[in-house]
Amino acid sequence: MSAATSVGPVLPAVSGTRGRRRGRWNAPLVAGLVLFALIVLCALCAPLLTSYDPIQQSLKDAFLPPGSPHHLLGTDALGRDVLSRLLYGARVDLRVGVLAVISPFVIGSLIGLISGWFGGWVDAVIGRIVDMVIAFPFLVLVIALVFAMGPGTTSIYTAITLVGWVAYCRIVRGQVLVAKEQEYAMAARASGLPTWRILLRHLLPNVILQAFVFSMSDIVLTLLAIVTLGFLGLGVPPPTPDWGTMIQEGQQFILTKWYMSTIPGLAVVLTGLALALIADGIVEKANK
Amino acid sequence: MTAPLLEVRDLHVDIPLSHGRLHAVRGVSLSVGVAESVGLVGESGSGKSLTLRALLGLLPRPARIVSGTVLIDGEDVTGLPAKQLHRRLTDTMGMVFQDALTALNPVMRVGDQIAEAPLRKLGKSRSEAKAIAIDLMTEVGIPDPERRYRLYPHELSGGMRQRICIAIALSTKPRLILADEPTTALDVTIQAQVLGVLRRLKQEENVGLLLVSHDLAVVSQTCSRLYVMYAGKVVESGTLLDLVTAPKHPYTFSLLRSVPDPDHRVARLLTIHGQPPDLSEAIGGCSFAPRCPFAEEACHQREPVLAPVGSAAGAVIRESACLRVDTAERWTEMVSEETVSQQ
Repeated sequence: MSAATSVGPVLPAVSGTRGRRRGRWNAPLVAGLVLFALIVLCALCAPLLTSYDPIQQSLKDAFLPPGSPHHLLGTDALGRDVLSRLLYGARVDLRVGVLAVISPFVIGSLIGLISGWFGGWVDAVIGRIVDMVIAFPFLVLVIALVFAMGPGTTSIYTAITLVGWVAYCRIVRGQVLVAKEQEYAMAARASGLPTWRILLRHLLPNVILQAFVFSMSDIVLTLLAIVTLGFLGLGVPPPTPDWGTMIQEGQQFILTKWYMSTIPGLAVVLTGLALALIADGIVEKANK
Repeated sequence: MTAPLLEVRDLHVDIPLSHGRLHAVRGVSLSVGVAESVGLVGESGSGKSLTLRALLGLLPRPARIVSGTVLIDGEDVTGLPAKQLHRRLTDTMGMVFQDALTALNPVMRVGDQIAEAPLRKLGKSRSEAKAIAIDLMTEVGIPDPERRYRLYPHELSGGMRQRICIAIALSTKPRLILADEPTTALDVTIQAQVLGVLRRLKQEENVGLLLVSHDLAVVSQTCSRLYVMYAGKVVESGTLLDLVTAPKHPYTFSLLRSVPDPDHRVARLLTIHGQPPDLSEAIGGCSFAPRCPFAEEACHQREPVLAPVGSAAGAVIRESACLRVDTAERWTEMVSEETVSQQ
């Protein structure tokens, strides 16, 4: 393979053109990642940050306000340390939130890919199913499904997957409709590559970004759904700490002890903010 | 006479519209021999790109093939089941697109895109496929292929990208390359280099070429035989030399006359008057008649068919679809008389 065997004029070798990289770190992305990393770190290091057992009751210490000598964020109606419930609650909520987004993300994207690529009756059937699921408000359907299956994390995962995949399906399908008319998709077909290969290697990487960005905000929505389920008593069963249950417990005392619901509420807001910033950052990075 | 590598007979392509249909390709027949380079020329909307894409089943939606026969090595493959047909076609032909940037997957290294077909289709090992890809990159004139293997499409120049596309088209070891305006998106210098690559492939690797272009200069640099398309039909075919020196169809004649001659100053560039016909309607008579300087009453009434012209000396048949083909020798004087009488 010397240069002599090449056809066409040989151009001088260019060196050092690799510098142009797509996008760089940007402020929202960094801020979001740092904030989210902090939250995750707090959840992981919960036993190091607090010495209290989150389910250990101590009725004589009940209703301590934030800033009390041994309880930084106070105690709840049963005398449990709010800080440790908050930290251990993060473990539960983040795990459920992220896991409950992964399966609808994967399932919805694959179905959307198939729907958009094959079109015809396949697309029509999938489209009608999607319409049916979307016809119901998200929470109403999730609540109904969890109610039917009984409270617990498994029911939450299943219900959110059954309802949540439609959003990913729609996003990916729309992107595939555009991408499959692109010449690179045609070129892949012209090379006679197997269909699954074209779908997974050529189309998926080009259409998944939008779905991924949506999944960031979807974690927030899912988190809120879990919190709502907890508030309605359909969430993580007590005494396991979780933010939704904490908000609900504080609700009865909202007029006299506003901080009981506000503190876990703030935790939800902060997590949502972190994920929303990450999503913004990814979009900005990709559009550069 | 051996059967041509590829033969297309009576291809019809339709584009359904909200009312009626657009009959875009109206019975095109053509053939390409082994290691032959053939050009398909015509203006925008003449159906040349659709013809090419139909050959690999890559028609854009909602266009569809209505009828037509494809023969590979003289064997009719049209009747094969869809999967086998696709396999047969993609094994025989590779395709190069107009815009090399959109024809490359933006999120995949260019080397991996070339190595993909050898790896997934020809069943080579990872290292073999990579070696094949680097060989192909050398073959299409990419310097320093080992380093460029790892680059992404946006990191390469337009000419380099088109070379990558040619390498991808070659990666399945096809015997014929279909090229759809491969140089339109490139500047003239790079265009010449890319055409050079295609020409040399033919000479050194015996890869045939079916080139679609609206640019007569591009075609005349690359092809030995031409088909001229107008309004979805082939109106004339023959060797490059015959067509350029003695056109036998008024469309080819007018097209050639519209190419400016640098040695003669003209007050204004010559054009072909009028518009191509509306392909969603039936055309009675010759489709070029309304714009033809030599059209007679009969041309508007009777549809001419593609027929051999003159003495069929040699293997290459000269064909033209014109009722007044017998007057072809006098066309040049006829138009100059007309210009004189107008002044």
